[in-house]
Amino acid sequence: MSAAALIVFREVLEAALIIGIVLAASRGVPGSRLIAAGGIAAGALGAVVVAALAGTITEAASGVGQEILNAAILGAAVLMLGWHNVWMSRHGREMAARMKALGNDIVIGRISAWALGVAIALAVLREGSEVALFLYGIAAGGEKTGAMLAGSAIGLVSGILVGVSLYAGVLRVPLRLFFTVTGALILFMCAGLASQAAGFLVQAGLIPALSESLWDTSWLLDEGSIAGQFLHVLIGYIARPAGIQALVYVLTLAIIGALLASFGRTSPVSSRTS
Amino acid sequence: MLIRKCFPVALLAVVLSPFNPALAEESFTIVFKDHRIVPQELQVPAGQKITLIVDNQDAAPEEFESHSLKREKVVPGNSKVTVKIGPLKPGTYEIFGEYHESTAQGRIVAK
Repeated sequence: MSAAALIVFREVLEAALIIGIVLAASRGVPGSRLIAAGGIAAGALGAVVVAALAGTITEAASGVGQEILNAAILGAAVLMLGWHNVWMSRHGREMAARMKALGNDIVIGRISAWALGVAIALAVLREGSEVALFLYGIAAGGEKTGAMLAGSAIGLVSGILVGVSLYAGVLRVPLRLFFTVTGALILFMCAGLASQAAGFLVQAGLIPALSESLWDTSWLLDEGSIAGQFLHVLIGYIARPAGIQALVYVLTLAIIGALLASFGRTSPVSSRTS
Repeated sequence: MLIRKCFPVALLAVVLSPFNPALAEESFTIVFKDHRIVPQELQVPAGQKITLIVDNQDAAPEEFESHSLKREKVVPGNSKVTVKIGPLKPGTYEIFGEYHESTAQGRIVAK
């Protein structure tokens, strides 16, 4: 892959993995495919706007506008995914079995579907704005523009293919285990996103790092590698986490995990009869 | 008039500056030029907070990034950003420009 292809692939990969998992987890939610498509479109549009405003955002909030925006996007994504996850773990099984909306819960079901759409839009927004800036640089550079754009297209398509593969793979999980598996996947993804948000706030100097790096496993798996990047998105792998990042990670796991345990589980009897 | 009014405030700021961590941080500059990092190696003191000024003198945007420092920040064309780093353990930390990774490579050495 050319340098341009690799850069675009890396950025697209993060959003594609998130979308692949979340969309698979939303099987049976009425209209989820359409809402996801809307989320992707809205996110892409937002990405272009954010890229165009890069200078203004950078100077905002005494120079830490970028960090605050990134942390806010990640934080909002965690809230949306957390909500969606708890709701799906409660109703997903029944909906997947009946393939229709549930009477009284239909309104909450819609809110949950919107949470899905917003989460997807945020993922596309964050990664897409970096792709847009990179492409803008190519256009401004003038040299080898054609080859660079072709490379970017290859990167985009490759990233999407990985996301689609993951989506197809997750859908193959037997229904008996399906919502346990997707629930766990999204839970760890949320914890990772939350610790990334904390990283941006440390970078801005807004919260203490509580030790710059708690440990260092970069000798084992570097975050720059493709495998490292996969784990970074899927479970929030950071080779040298700051103390506060580890703390936020554990807290997010505990909070969403507790919500899943107390609200999420349908009783074994009701899930068997559905 | 204005100078006289401001003077006590300015004096106070100078007197208090050693106690204000935000003002006490030493700052260092690296430059992106022709998609390269100048200087290639930047020496900084270990064990204290540092403000790094990243000056992108190219027209194209760049993303300052470092896995070992856990920092990433977009630097629009022909502009500067600041990134807070440290306190660092002594060692070498790789830095690069993500949009031109093949050429924009450098390192920060903390001593």
